[in-house]
Amino acid sequence: MTNSESKALQPKEKAEVTAPAEQTKAGLVFTPAVDIFETDKDITLLADMPGVKAGDLNIDLRESVLTLDGDARPPERDGEVDIIREYRTGKYYRQFTLSQVIDQAKIDAELKEGVLRLRLPKVEAATPRKIVVKN
Amino acid sequence: MMLFRRTTRWPTLEWTSPFEELDRMRRQMDLLSQGLSRGVWQEPAAGVFPLMNVTEDKENFYVRAELPGLKGDDLDISVTRDALSIAGERKIAPEDEKATYHRREREAGRFSRIVSLPAQVDTGKVEADCTDGVLQVTLPKAEAAKPKQIAVKTS
Repeated sequence: MTNSESKALQPKEKAEVTAPAEQTKAGLVFTPAVDIFETDKDITLLADMPGVKAGDLNIDLRESVLTLDGDARPPERDGEVDIIREYRTGKYYRQFTLSQVIDQAKIDAELKEGVLRLRLPKVEAATPRKIVVKN
Repeated sequence: MMLFRRTTRWPTLEWTSPFEELDRMRRQMDLLSQGLSRGVWQEPAAGVFPLMNVTEDKENFYVRAELPGLKGDDLDISVTRDALSIAGERKIAPEDEKATYHRREREAGRFSRIVSLPAQVDTGKVEADCTDGVLQVTLPKAEAAKPKQIAVKTS
């Protein structure tokens, strides 16, 4: 898919989600928009999490369940009064079940400009080997 | 007989039609259900990307927008005395040709929005900062717009 034509972006309200367990801290929880694609070697996940710094992001992978948990602190300081509020800030939380076996030691995570790029290399045995049918 | 008086007022005399009572009840139920379905949070009023929050303190206005994947260079911000204009384009780099997508939820495209400010600002001192995908524009209020304390004289 190519993005050759630039169309106008439409505003989307952030999708609020109820986390599976109750939170210890009060606040809203949102589902980040995510792109997931797969090549022969690895699975890559790109998540939009604006306002989350690397220290506030927890990525967890156990029993084939990948959990993304990022805390976006509200940027408003004390003494600021709202005039217009069109979006709210809160945590970002999403879970995925991975069908492939991942080599945990080689997972690569990068958080830049609020976009998380997570590369999950597949375990060697899972990379498909083409089987040649002999005639 | 068309006219006759009664000394006691029964509720049935107030009705002009047998359905008026039901109409009134229906209207009240509609109001109630509207309040419930709209909920506490309303749709973003402007309907234009990006969604923005505008706050103020005594010295400045702050305009914030969530723009993940954008750096300062990708943005075109300009300000007049009472309006702020933000424009730009979010690009999503194409990945490997051999990649198969399982999910595609993020969007790319252009955006352009003007938000008017409640009071005049000092255009020379406006600062903009874009970190972690959050754009924050700090607009110092013009002197005339700052709140001034008024001392009450006691005679």
